[in-house]
Order: sequence, then structure tokens, then C-alpha cells
Amino acid sequence: MALTDTDLKRLARLARLRLEESEITGLQGQFAGILGLIDQLQAVDTRGIEPLSHALDLGLRLREDLVTETDQRARFQSVAPQVEEGLYLVPKVIE
Amino acid sequence: MDWEVVIGLETHAQLATHSKIFSGAATAFGAAPNVQACAVDLALPGVLPVLNRSAVDCAIRFGLATGAAIASRSIFARKNYFYPDLPKGYQISQFEIPVVSGGTMSIELEGKVKQVRLTRAHLEEDAGKSLHEDFHGLSGIDLNRAGTPLLEIVSEPDLRSATEAVAYARALHRLVTWIGICDGNMQEGSFRCDANVSVRPRGQSELGTRCEIKNLNSFRFLEKAIEYEIRRQIELIEAGGVVVQETRLYDPDRDETRSMRSKEDAQDYRYFPDPDLLPLHIDAAWIGEVQARMPELPDAMQQRFIEQFGLSLYDAGVLTASRSMASYFLELLPYAANDAKLCANWVSGELSAALHREGLEIQDSRVSPRQLGGLLKRIQDGTISGKMGKELFDILWREGGEADALIEARGLQQISDVSSLEGIVESLMAEYPAQVAEYRAGKEKVFGFFVGRAMKASGGRANPEQLNAVLKQRLKAE
Amino acid sequence: MDLANTSLRQLASALHERRISSRELAQAYLGRIERLDGELGAFITVDPEKTLAQADAADARIARGQAGPLTGIPIAHKDIFCTQGWLTTCGSRMLSNFVSPYDAHVIEKFAGAGALILGKTNMDEFAMGSSNETSHFGPVKNPWNLAKVPGGSSGGSAAAVAARLAPAATATDTGGSIRQPAALCGVSGIKPTYGLVSRYGMIAYASSLDQGGVIAPSAEDLGLVLNAMVGFDARDSTSIDRPAEDYTATLGKPLKGLRIGLPREYFSGGVSSDVAQAIDAALEVYDRLGAERVEVSLPHSALSVPVYYVLAPAEASSNLSRYDGVRYGHRAAQYADLNDMYERSRAEGFGPEVKRRILTGTYVLSRGYYDAYYLQAQRVRRLIVNDFREAFEQCDVIMGPSSPTVAFGFGEKTGDPVQMYLSDIFTISVNLAGLPGLSIPAGFGAAGLPVGLQLIGNYFSEGRLLQAAHGYQQATDWHRQVPDMARA
Repeated sequence: MALTDTDLKRLARLARLRLEESEITGLQGQFAGILGLIDQLQAVDTRGIEPLSHALDLGLRLREDLVTETDQRARFQSVAPQVEEGLYLVPKVIE
Repeated sequence: MDWEVVIGLETHAQLATHSKIFSGAATAFGAAPNVQACAVDLALPGVLPVLNRSAVDCAIRFGLATGAAIASRSIFARKNYFYPDLPKGYQISQFEIPVVSGGTMSIELEGKVKQVRLTRAHLEEDAGKSLHEDFHGLSGIDLNRAGTPLLEIVSEPDLRSATEAVAYARALHRLVTWIGICDGNMQEGSFRCDANVSVRPRGQSELGTRCEIKNLNSFRFLEKAIEYEIRRQIELIEAGGVVVQETRLYDPDRDETRSMRSKEDAQDYRYFPDPDLLPLHIDAAWIGEVQARMPELPDAMQQRFIEQFGLSLYDAGVLTASRSMASYFLELLPYAANDAKLCANWVSGELSAALHREGLEIQDSRVSPRQLGGLLKRIQDGTISGKMGKELFDILWREGGEADALIEARGLQQISDVSSLEGIVESLMAEYPAQVAEYRAGKEKVFGFFVGRAMKASGGRANPEQLNAVLKQRLKAE
Repeated sequence: MDLANTSLRQLASALHERRISSRELAQAYLGRIERLDGELGAFITVDPEKTLAQADAADARIARGQAGPLTGIPIAHKDIFCTQGWLTTCGSRMLSNFVSPYDAHVIEKFAGAGALILGKTNMDEFAMGSSNETSHFGPVKNPWNLAKVPGGSSGGSAAAVAARLAPAATATDTGGSIRQPAALCGVSGIKPTYGLVSRYGMIAYASSLDQGGVIAPSAEDLGLVLNAMVGFDARDSTSIDRPAEDYTATLGKPLKGLRIGLPREYFSGGVSSDVAQAIDAALEVYDRLGAERVEVSLPHSALSVPVYYVLAPAEASSNLSRYDGVRYGHRAAQYADLNDMYERSRAEGFGPEVKRRILTGTYVLSRGYYDAYYLQAQRVRRLIVNDFREAFEQCDVIMGPSSPTVAFGFGEKTGDPVQMYLSDIFTISVNLAGLPGLSIPAGFGAAGLPVGLQLIGNYFSEGRLLQAAHGYQQATDWHRQVPDMARA
């Protein structure tokens, strides 16, 4: 199976990755190979087999409802691209 | 054409935990921006979620309270989408196997009870907030709310009008606050609804195309938004148009819903099990332990009030509007010789009015059950009249104190003794001989004149029944 | 001190006996990095001032008599471990400005043990790669032959240890990223059972597969470092709470009677002849040590690569969504609006391999494809796990090659992602099953390049794996062979 450029653009949009037109042909070729690889799975008979998300056959461990974190805003925002009055700034969010 | 309205509600109840659902940051409302956003909430590289036991406890409590099934194994999934208030680029939620499935809520409309089926309730994390005040044309992101635990409660499309939808939302609000899993504060966004609204010609079995109205954070907006949306859809279809499935936002200033452009592009959330979180196991022992701590539920208590105290459905509903209302009532009863009707009248009457006037919750009432009980006892034994009781209540509310002491100090006792009343009546008859003659000539309306004058003369303290009896007897006597 | 031929244990005793100070030791390694890393490219960040300050603290601790086995030992960390105050890039332009505001659990553990941070090692971008050619900071070279790749994604850690620029290095392994570069660089590397090393602060690639581990010259060194690295962490929901184990405790025990499972599928073509010969020779050493060979079968092992290239990109596509230029990391300089900012920041911040995997992952999770790819891959994953379960009923350790070939040349496989993906054919299934795996040097193949022998154990059998590796290393000296560079 191959991906059309429309497919690729849709995926890139979902993943918020800007694709240049010049990249598309190359990616299509690489995807043909990758899909060829993963399409091998289609031939496997997995009737009656439960999907496995995790090799660990364990249940979830829970934490007690305690506040353990203190304000570290200054430290965390020291690596932020743009902040003001304690807020992270981004281009206007349109609803 | 005759249209049938079909509504289902998705309600987000913020769970009353101290810390977030997957981190140890505080959930308190109103902190300065981002001071309650820890490394996990900010989705720093390398951080991981760990589930808060109390959030699960809340979900179990809700499931038990609605007669739902609690999953012995449920799965957390990632809902992938980009938004600046969603730091990880995905929301941890539950998709295929939620913690709670099924269950019902009863709602009451004009004295009739209707069962609304619940689809599911699942745990998830809240997003942060985008502040659209102008930061040089930018938006500011506050992630304090990111990671706050939510229970998303999804109803079946069983609701048939805006009124029913509001009744359901109110019943749900009463329940989640009653069982203590949500503070119910709608202004702060602790309880908010999304409404899925569609219309279809009456008699048609398949559903019409629905629109989802997001983030309705008051019962009034819920009602108005649904009403507007119903009108919009019917008008659209009758004008030959078609309803497009979309997400809409209610604008209370204009009283209309409008399409949310940002959600326009067809979403593909790519749900998959969160590999950072193993399956959540809930065993029978845990469920049993939650059950043991469960208070009597509002519907059951309402029914009990009707059966045990002979109250009306309405009165019982008022008294079980909240758990604190019910506890006030139950505490008041023994102070007032268990006269449930009298207590109910006063709680839903004077007390509720006073609370409403000052915007107080019943747990903050200035008059305690013991104080009110002291007052009601004196009405019961005839020491004061009902009218006098209301005045006394105002004094208790404003100044505090005890009913008996106030009655004594201010001479508020009712005048019930016959000879005092006869004294008053006789001097009135001496003062108004013409009116006495009129009455005796058969003009019975004059009787009211004498009641008014006698009341006034007694400073309002005359026992009305006694006074009537004395008046009748004296006026008739030739 | 001859750093090329001194084991960790010897370094530790030299420190305890005050024959050398931690400062002197750190200076010696920092000097080697200064001299040799220019052409090797194994490190992204070194910060001698910070390292030497830690060394002084370690010397004081040793002087107080409170030293543990790793106190004063410099250890290099893969740049995937968040290290407070240190640039932590994950080999990506996206994080090229990210000074971590917090420490990974692993970093805390080593700090507690008194080890020094020698520097942060180069790696494939976000651990996606098998040749260390995808790093934003340039490729790492193989110390045995600078024209060859060191393997990946922990290529910097493997090359640093091979060139003896560090006595040991941390690393991570999602599909072979410890074992394959260890093999290609002629050093030892262990990926423990999933859940033993906390993933908190270890930048996620594919969460259900990622596991931290160690690269060092010998199995004994691995055990010493692993002792400090393994431990329960409440901040990682997949961290396993079990009693601490001394991974060096069983090292001297004889291997007589050890049942070695040889999967038919690992010895039936697909391996270059030089590698096959070296592996055969290694197995003969085990014969002499009294081990028994058992033929086993892992019938679904060929499917591990396609399963991995569905599951790992799926998890990665989601894990890497947090890099949006809002709270940290690269943000494009110019953009029209919010979406444009996302799309440009991410397009500029991520390299081609990362983008390919994000797109692949987005595809396999998208509506209409989820069942056919993602769920199907999870079902086959169960079949692969079941294969191992059955195999371990017949044997104690599974052995085979770590990599189908010795180190290849730069650019040889970059044009064809699938060829690159197949480099990990022998290592990936171990991650899918969450099992411990280890690679040790087992001689040389074509052009004098190292060959790695892979040992796979049952869950929590790290002690036994290290014992088996140590027994072999007592009988051979491949692990003591060093490239010329290491003697420089």
C-alpha cells in the first residue's frame, strides 16, 4: 500500500509537522518501504489472541492524595520561550 | 411539523481531591498563574503520571450511587490533539473500558419521576486555561488547572426538552455534591455540561444530526443554550437546510450558539492505551469499603421524608436539595417536637428566604437548628403566634440569642387569657357602639373591624383564636 | 594509571585506598575527552567545573570514610537523562537549549552513590536510530574504525566506553539501543528487565519498551553500576518494587549445567558469516565451561521488527507531541499564527528520522487503521512474548548474535530506513517481551571490527545473565581488547 500526498499532508497536519512540497516525494518512497515492512503483520493469524499493551502483567499502583509539590514556577519558566506575568505566551488562541 | 427534541448531556465534575489526578500539585482554586503547575503538569521531558487513589474512590462512589457497574479492570487512554492548554499534546482519559458503566438518575418534573439512563462515567484530567486578554495580541496560558481530576458523566440521549435537561443536571449536581465527590461550584468551573442536541420528526426512530454545545457552566445557560439550539435546528430544517454535526459555543451576551471554528477540522484523536499507566484494578473489597462509607442518598432520603413524616414530594425535595439542607432539617426536628410539617415550612420558608437574601449556604446559616427549634417550640405551645414567630426569627437572624429569653425580655408572649381579652373587647365595644349595633343588625363584616382594632390594642399579641371566640361571644350577647 | 586496562572495581579500590583522588581521576578522563573526543563526537556536553566540584565532594566523602563502591567514579550519562542544571538535548535541535530544571531518578541514584557526572553522551535523536547518524549534534564515530558507525541509539555511550573516555556510561534501550552499539563498539552492555530502572526523567521514546541500562567494559563493571541504578521509584507507575539485589554476588559461580537456548531462527541465515563464526566460537567457550546447548524456537521472532515499527512509532508520535514550543524547547523565529508556530517549530526542531516515525505512528493510530496495525501488532506482540515463555521452560539463557553484522559505514543505510530498522532484528523482541538482555564482546569479524554475543534471560534474571557473561570473560580476553585510540 502507498500513501498519497493527500494522506501524507493529512498526517503531517495531525502531527503538526510542516512539510515542504520538496519533501513529499522522498517521504512517499520511504513510506512505501515502511508500509511494506509493517504490512507483513496482516498475514498473521491472530484470531483469539488478546492485544498486549505491556509486557508487565501488573495492575496500576496508586498514590495517596497528598500535595507534595511546591511552587517552582520561576525555575520551570526559565526555559520557556516566552512568558509574562507568570503566563506562557502563545499566538492568539481562536475559539 | 411536530418535532421531537433529543438531548444527551456530558457533564464534567471536578473531583474534590487535594492533589491532581496524576501529580502531587495542589488543585486549590484561585492561585497565581502556573504556581500549581508542577513538572508533571507542565509535561517536561521525561515526567510520568501516577494515579491519585482518591480520584478512583470518587468514581467508585458515583458508580455505587447511580447503580452502575464498576469495572474490575479499566484502561487509561491517550486522546491526542494539539492545544496550548494541553501540555502533553494528549489528554489522559478513558476510552474503551471506563471505570463506571451504566447506572440511572431519577429526575422529577411537575410531580412526575423519570429515569434517565447513564452511558458511562470515566476519569480524566482537565486542561489548563487560555487567557485571551490582550498580551500584545497573544494569549496567556495558565496550567494550574491542568491535571485536575474530572469525572465525565455521559447520559443516554433520554432527555426530551431543555427543562428535562436542566432537571437532570440539577439532580446530578445534587448527587455529586451530596456524596462529596465534587464541590459543585459552577462559577469556578467545578461542574460544567456539554449538551448534545438534535431534533427529529415525532415518530421517527433514527436520531437527527446532533450538535454539541460546549462548556455550559450554569443551569440558566444550559437551558437557554438548548432552547436556542432547538429553535435554530428546527428553523434551519424547516427552511430546507441541514444540520451539520459540529461543536458549538453558547454566547450568553447574545443568547445564541455559534460554531467553534477551531474545532472545525475533522478530529482524529488517535486514542490508544496509555503505555505509562497499567490497567486499573478495583476489587470487591475496595468497592465494599466505599459502600460502607456511603451516606443515605438523596432520592432515598426524599422518599423516606414522604413516608416517615408525611411531607409532600415538593417539601421533601426542598429538604433534600443538598446534604447540608437535609442535615439541618434532621437536626432541627427533635428541638421542635418532631413536627416535620412545621419544620419543613420554616426551613423552606423563612430560613431559605433569609439565606437567599444574603447569598449564604445553609451550613453558614446565622440561625442554628437549636435556635430555630427553640422558636418553633413556642409556636407549638401557643406562647407566640406564627406572625410573632417571624418577627422573632428576624431578631434571631440579625442579633442572635435564644427564643425564650427574647420572648421574655421583649414581652412577646401571646395574650391568651380570656379575662384580659374580655377587657380589651369590652372597652372597644364601649368606644364603638354604632358598629356593635351594625353587627347585631346582621352586618357580620363589622366583625373584622373589631379583630383589627383588638389586635392593635393588644400590640399584636392577642391569641387570634381566643380573640375570635371572645369577640363572638361578647358581640352576640344582648 | 592505565585507564585502558583498569576495571571499575580497581578504580574503586584505588580511590578507597587513596592511591588516587576522585579529582585526579576526573581530570584524567576529562583530559582524554578533551584530547580525543573532537574526532569521536561521543559527548554533547562536558562541564569540567561541575564534574570537578562533584569530585571534591566525593573526595571529602571518601575522607570521611563514607564512600560506597561508586563514590568518586566518573560516569557518563546518555543525554536522554534529565540532569538538573545540565543541557539535556536528547540529541535533538528541539531540546538544544533545554537546561533541565530537574534530575531523572537515575541521576539522583548516582548522586546518592557519590558518582560524578562526567558529561552527557551523544545519541540518535530521541533515541531513534541504529547508527547514531540522526543526532542533531553530528554522528559519533566508531573508535575501532572512524569510518564506521558506533551503532545506536546509545552510540555516544558505547564509543566513550570503548575509547576509555569513561569507565562506564548509562544508556537506554528501546529496541536494541544498548546492546547493538555495545556490540559494534566491542564493549559490554545490559538492558535490565522492564521496570527495574525508573523511567522518571528519562526522556520517553516508546514508553512500553524504553528501559535504562549500562554500558561498560566488562560484566563485572555492569553489575557494579547496575547496583546503583536499579531501584523502585514511586514516580514511575511501571517501576517494580522488589528487594534490592547485588548483581555482582553470583559473578564467580561456575557455569556448569547452564542450559543455553539457541533459537533456530537466530542461526538460519540473515547473519553475516564473520559474525556467525565469532558466535560459534563463543558458544564453544561455553561448551568448555560445562554449559549445555538446547535448541529452542522463537517462531515469531521475524515479526518483531514490523511489530516494533508499529508500536514504537505509535507511542513516540504521542510522546513527542509535548514538544510544541510553548513551555520549553525550540520555537520557530517566524510564524503566522498558532498552528503555524506548532508546525514550523516541530518541523525545524525534529530531524528526518524523528519526523518519519511521528508520521508512521500517527498513521497507524489514525481512524480506520488502528485495528489493522496497532491492535494487530499488539496481538503479535503477545505471540512473541509467548514464544519466550515457552523457550525459557527449556533453558536458562538464550544466546545469539546481538547484531547481524559488524559496524557498517556512514551513510550505508541512511537512504533506506527499512535496512536500518533490520539492524535491530535480534534485539527488538527482547524489548517487546520486557526481558533482560546483555551484549558482550565475542571477538572480531570483518576488518577487525568487534562482534557482540547477546544473552537473553528470563524476567529478573540479571544476576544470572551477568554470571554467564562474567564466566565467559574469565575464560576470554575480548573485553580487554581496546582500539588503538584507547591507548592514546
